[in-house]
Amino acid sequence: MLNIKCPYCGDRAQKEFAYGGDGTVKRPELNKEVSDQEWDNFVYLRKSPRGKHIELWHHASGCRQWFRAQRDTVTHEIFKTAKLNEEIK
Amino acid sequence: MADFSDDVRYPIFGGLAQPSAGTARHDAVAWGYARQADSMGVDIIQNCEVTGFDVTAGKITGVRTSRGDIKTKKIGLCVAGSTNVLAEKLNMTLPVETHLLQACVSEPVKPVLDGVVTFGAGHFYISQSDKGEMVMGGDLDGYNSYAQKGNLPTIQHVLTGGVALFPFLSRLKMLRTWGGIMDMSMDGSPIIDKTHIEGLYLNCGWCYGGFKSVPSSGWTFAHTIAQDRVHELNAGFSLSRFSTGYLLDEKGLGTKTWIS
Repeated sequence: MLNIKCPYCGDRAQKEFAYGGDGTVKRPELNKEVSDQEWDNFVYLRKSPRGKHIELWHHASGCRQWFRAQRDTVTHEIFKTAKLNEEIK
Repeated sequence: MADFSDDVRYPIFGGLAQPSAGTARHDAVAWGYARQADSMGVDIIQNCEVTGFDVTAGKITGVRTSRGDIKTKKIGLCVAGSTNVLAEKLNMTLPVETHLLQACVSEPVKPVLDGVVTFGAGHFYISQSDKGEMVMGGDLDGYNSYAQKGNLPTIQHVLTGGVALFPFLSRLKMLRTWGGIMDMSMDGSPIIDKTHIEGLYLNCGWCYGGFKSVPSSGWTFAHTIAQDRVHELNAGFSLSRFSTGYLLDEKGLGTKTWIS
């Protein structure tokens, strides 16, 4: 089982979390004309790298906060986690 | 076969039965295809990794591999589980994520199940192999992964659904579990199409399935490559459907399986 460190609660078992996908995707700016291609990029297109992946997790059965994690998609090792207003690369 | 009475735990309101269907030994089927393709003149090169592509002025001109370069005007990219990795070498981003799916088999028992049963409400499927093992699977682990191994919470979740359907399963010991990587398209349907690079054809995003679709997938893909245009049978499985909004009339569950 993955051991995920919630930035608010500390180390918890994977079963307490829900996955939120690629954490680098940015929503197109509000109040601006958005092309179909930009919307497609935001909603559907994903790099899905083999190796380091920055992703969103939700502490669904805990504090219910969303946060980012940097995880290796080959080994499943989680290098770091950070609050959404913190830098993660 | 099924108990249609009202006083059972899960009353049956309806279902689908395919009387002519059966179970297949997947490895044997794959080797059967390979043997026939080989006898028809196809070169199958094993242990040969694609390391890059040559694209000149928007056209495919070759493929680079760990065992040498090949010049070609056409490439069919059909590499479930590695689609994102090879697409990155072409600077393409696709509506596909690579995910992990586990399956497991129990210790062998006498014949108890002569078909394949899928349990939609619990997302669980089961069949019995010729050796007597119960073969079972269900949900994705749920996060992007290229690890060909999974974690136990998913196995427990899948088997909970299994025991709800067939309580006798609770007394079986699991013999082994394994995980494979899946091409999860964002809408749960495959993509068989041309791409913006001339001579590059894409067949991906088969999600959990694909095994049963190999004949039609292969035939329409061959048509698309040979004629440089899609056949009406695969016209709907376009890469552009995500930006145009012409989605398919299917379940529409890709990577976000919890939406169901």
